[in-house]
Amino acid sequence: MVEFSYVIKDELGIHARPAGLLAKTAAGFKSNISLSVGGETVDAKRLISIMKLGAQHGQTAAFTIEGEDEAAAAQALQSFMNENL
Amino acid sequence: MSKEIKGQVVSGKIALGPIHVFRKKIPVITSETSNDSKEELNTFLTARDKAIKELKILEEEANARMGEEEAMVFSVHGMLLEDLDFEDAVKECISAGHNASYAVKKAGEDLAVFFASMEDNDYMKERASDFRDIANRVICKIQDIEDGIKLPSEPVILLARDLVPSDTLGLDTNKVLAFVTTKGSTNSHTAILARSLGITALVDTGEEFGDDLTGQIGIVDGEKGIFIIDPKEDLLDEYRKRIKEIQKEEESLKSLIGEETRTKSGQTIKIYANIGNSSDAAKALEYDAEGIGLFRSEFLFLGKNDYPSEEEQFKSYKEVITLMKGREVIIRTLDIGADKQADYFGLPKEDNPAMGLRAIRLCLERPEIFKTQLRAIYRAAAFGPTGIMFPMITSIEEMEKILDLVDRVKKELKDEALDFGEAELGVMIETPAAALISDLLADKVSFFSIGTNDLTQYTFAMDRQNASLEPFRVPNHPAILRLIEMTVQNAHKKNVRVGICGEMGADFDLTKYFISIGVDELSVSAPKILALRKHVRELA
Repeated sequence: MVEFSYVIKDELGIHARPAGLLAKTAAGFKSNISLSVGGETVDAKRLISIMKLGAQHGQTAAFTIEGEDEAAAAQALQSFMNENL
Repeated sequence: MSKEIKGQVVSGKIALGPIHVFRKKIPVITSETSNDSKEELNTFLTARDKAIKELKILEEEANARMGEEEAMVFSVHGMLLEDLDFEDAVKECISAGHNASYAVKKAGEDLAVFFASMEDNDYMKERASDFRDIANRVICKIQDIEDGIKLPSEPVILLARDLVPSDTLGLDTNKVLAFVTTKGSTNSHTAILARSLGITALVDTGEEFGDDLTGQIGIVDGEKGIFIIDPKEDLLDEYRKRIKEIQKEEESLKSLIGEETRTKSGQTIKIYANIGNSSDAAKALEYDAEGIGLFRSEFLFLGKNDYPSEEEQFKSYKEVITLMKGREVIIRTLDIGADKQADYFGLPKEDNPAMGLRAIRLCLERPEIFKTQLRAIYRAAAFGPTGIMFPMITSIEEMEKILDLVDRVKKELKDEALDFGEAELGVMIETPAAALISDLLADKVSFFSIGTNDLTQYTFAMDRQNASLEPFRVPNHPAILRLIEMTVQNAHKKNVRVGICGEMGADFDLTKYFISIGVDELSVSAPKILALRKHVRELA
């Protein structure tokens, strides 16, 4: 299991488009990937679930990744967050 | 019978022509149930895939016609339809014995209701309409309903209850003179698309349009924000004339976009725009402003209950700076006083507010407000060339205090490891005192901007607002012209640039004079830019 956290820097929070790209990135891996913001946890492969978190600027997004490709998934997601959010 | 309706102006000028009322075909869901859930599921999946393909095409079209920003709404809709949450919700409803149309409608509506109720998140609240829109698109595919707007062959003024982004994108701009909607807002995706397509539009009129309006003549006046149905003959004539005038002016002026502002003998001057918010900035860019000479920051402070936060200010400044794509943006720091104040400032009433505790004086008395603004501007300056200018300066001592605060702000930002950019500093020359010590002020900053409205008021001791003083006002009085000339000379000795951002800057009678004394830049309201450029190009 790999875990990492990221503080959202985007002014709009996790808005629709990056949420969609995030879900796509996550869906590219076999591992189970969950995302927690403000006490709620969702499947990071699902766009609408991510949007429902309503994650805003300054909040912490915590990822938990578990599965055969967890290391690669963590790396990919970390760089996605850095570049887009 | 003639009727006048008010609305919010999205974009455009004046349109006149026959009205066409568009009613969106709302798919009728006659029955809710089905016995064959396998068949319903197939129906849903096929329709959904068609809808996704259609969105891809719309995305490409928007991208090609307008750009990535405008295309985003369609790519997001595509991703929402592909999402498993939406699919699962529909599947669940189908397995409970409902048909595909009903299941899609319910899934879309449930999500819309969920997002509409998200507290403290205006962005997510607005997504409710996206879910209704995508559900509707799928249902249209299920029922094989042709989505989109069928227009008559002659150009019309389109009336609708509301338009979704794909409706707007699909509008043939040769067949639509303007559109007017009952609902909508000036910040919606639809409004953004209308602006970039250059379609005249009024939204949020609150007026329901009956089918009987189709075929009647209408006028959309985007300058006044009104829609006139069945206007009287004399009004029609008036508007026909106005439209002709506008067309003529526009054609001749548009050809000047991208051209230099240069006289026949080769002297140049820059033409910047005065703005008050980001939509003004978009206009400025549209009219080819070479920069922003005066960005009034007051809009962030007025009409509020409390001081705007650093974050809020940063966002607004950044938006304008980014929008201007590398053209300089000069932000004027807070110019507020007892005459135009917000209650939360708690300013005492003054007998003579024009000469009172205002502008830079107030900022120096309340350095916390001033520092917050400076921090926000410096952070935004990382996104493009930025200038900061200070209003109502009368002494070197004030400038020294300001420079000291600026240094502190930059040090703080550095210590906090926040990104910030460099900004050029400037003084507004709007008191006779500033003009008279412009040689000394020139040592402290890199540009001056002459605010001729206040400079006139303070030089002549004549209240700008007092109409009874009209007989005493002398246009282009030598006193004011001497102050300007002196300021320019003092500035240029120290390599300091000079702009003019008051009403005199847009006075064609003075343009030649300003160029002759070496003024570097004139800053005027956006719609005046091209006319001024034309005037300069006609000068000897």
